[in-house]
Amino acid sequence: MSPRTVLPREREWSGVAHFKKAPKMSPLVSIENVDMRYGGPGGTLAVSGLNLKIERGEFVAVVGPSGCGKSTLMKLTTGLHIPQGGTVIVANEEVTKPVSIVGMAFQNPTMLPWRTTLENILLPLEIVERHRHRLRRHKAEYVAKAETLLETVGLNGFGDKFPWQLSGGMQQRANLCRALIHEPELLMLDEPFGALDAFTREELWCVIRDLHASQDVTIVLVTHDLRESVFLADKVVVMSARPGRVISEHVVPFARPRQLEILYKPEFNDMVQALHGEIATARAAA
Amino acid sequence: MTNVENVVANSTLPLRQPSRINWIRLAPLLYTIGLFVIWEIGVRISGLPHTILPTPSRVFEAIVQYWSPIWKNSVQTLYTTVLGFLIAVVAGLGIGLFIGWSKSIYAGLYPIMIGFNAVPKVALVPILVIWFGIGTVPAVLTAFLISFFPIVVNVATGLATIEPETEDVLRALGAKKLDIMLKVGIPRSMPYFFGSLKVAITLAFVGSVVSETVASNNGLGNMMASAQSNFNVPLVFAGLLMLAVEGIAMYALMAWIEKRMTGWAHRSSMSH
Repeated sequence: MSPRTVLPREREWSGVAHFKKAPKMSPLVSIENVDMRYGGPGGTLAVSGLNLKIERGEFVAVVGPSGCGKSTLMKLTTGLHIPQGGTVIVANEEVTKPVSIVGMAFQNPTMLPWRTTLENILLPLEIVERHRHRLRRHKAEYVAKAETLLETVGLNGFGDKFPWQLSGGMQQRANLCRALIHEPELLMLDEPFGALDAFTREELWCVIRDLHASQDVTIVLVTHDLRESVFLADKVVVMSARPGRVISEHVVPFARPRQLEILYKPEFNDMVQALHGEIATARAAA
Repeated sequence: MTNVENVVANSTLPLRQPSRINWIRLAPLLYTIGLFVIWEIGVRISGLPHTILPTPSRVFEAIVQYWSPIWKNSVQTLYTTVLGFLIAVVAGLGIGLFIGWSKSIYAGLYPIMIGFNAVPKVALVPILVIWFGIGTVPAVLTAFLISFFPIVVNVATGLATIEPETEDVLRALGAKKLDIMLKVGIPRSMPYFFGSLKVAITLAFVGSVVSETVASNNGLGNMMASAQSNFNVPLVFAGLLMLAVEGIAMYALMAWIEKRMTGWAHRSSMSH
């Protein structure tokens, strides 16, 4: 794959005037020469010499052989782990503790079964410092916001259902709402669609695609599914086997908004195949 | 194939009449009566004397005959049991939350708790008697000591098995340990807690009766011990029957509370 220029993004603007953040020169996330080792000095080196920059508003997919430290990358970016070497800078600040501008969603939806879907979605607001003190008095406002989000992901009217009354795909939609309720600047998705059937997965790809188009959010998607990465991302980052580092970055040239039909185009499949080859080589090198 | 359909149609449809007896609801009662009937017939046929195994009719006779002491001692046993159990609930919840709070506390205290639980509580009764004398206090304490362990273990397990993803999601939002405990850990451990109450209450009866048997002047344990020394075997069985009734009643109460408090856990799977 030869690097190509990024095409101007065609965003699907909603009718309302949408203010874009003033473009800043520095990237939202900047990972520089990071080493991360688990379990003391003799432990496994999860990532080594990791370098990655993520621009504001960008959609980045991270792919690689299993055990390549993709999840470590997520934990480093969110501040759940502090690296032993190198620096992680998020929103112009070096990460030394969990950064609260992120939303996270995992493969396991981890909805709390004793809360209704709506209450589950409101959970981050009970935690995040700038919302938790306002929540009680401005409840109606937040509930309205949660309901708007539910509508966006196609879960209109499911707010008062309990998570166990929802299907796996619906739980995952609710999980996305929970990750977005506090308006994070950065959304981290760790294989969010791994446990879903093919049709539900494609539906949720479109949900994510539209969310990214309509909201001013930067998304990092960690995935095993190469088609998913090419369909959704602006940039696909390939990581090596453990200890993980970035082998290559590919700009996805397809114009937005992308429709599911693109999955069957030869250019699309060529790119998927090229990525596949690269990861196979990385696996073999391990 | 037509055969099968006919059989199904014939066997199910005519039986579905309204106002049939609900056998499942009646089953506990019928089985209990059945047990007593078999017992009665068995004893009568084998000709065992009352001093070995009294018939249930003889036991019921004893209950009527000695109703006043039986009632007094039943209330005493229920009182020591419930009091010990309540202390166990408070202490078990507290210690359980403390142990489940952090991995290192869990690792450090868990073996001690297991060792403590392995000690037969009957062996502790003499020590309690040295400290507190005989009577109500050692009975309450034995009931407490024997019943708080399952509560501790269950509460701690509920806390210690919070999904790491949930914890990551919340920690990335800036949640403190206390937030995670209040929002996730404690609600999550409640089904374990209420489930453990059923085990704990039956154990509490074991504890109080053991202590009353060894070191008390009242309670069903003491009553059965003195009845036994007088070869009044029907009264011993009457005491056992009262214990069984109290045990079932308290168990049913705990099961009801469990269902009321954590209905969500019965319809969802905790494992994912």
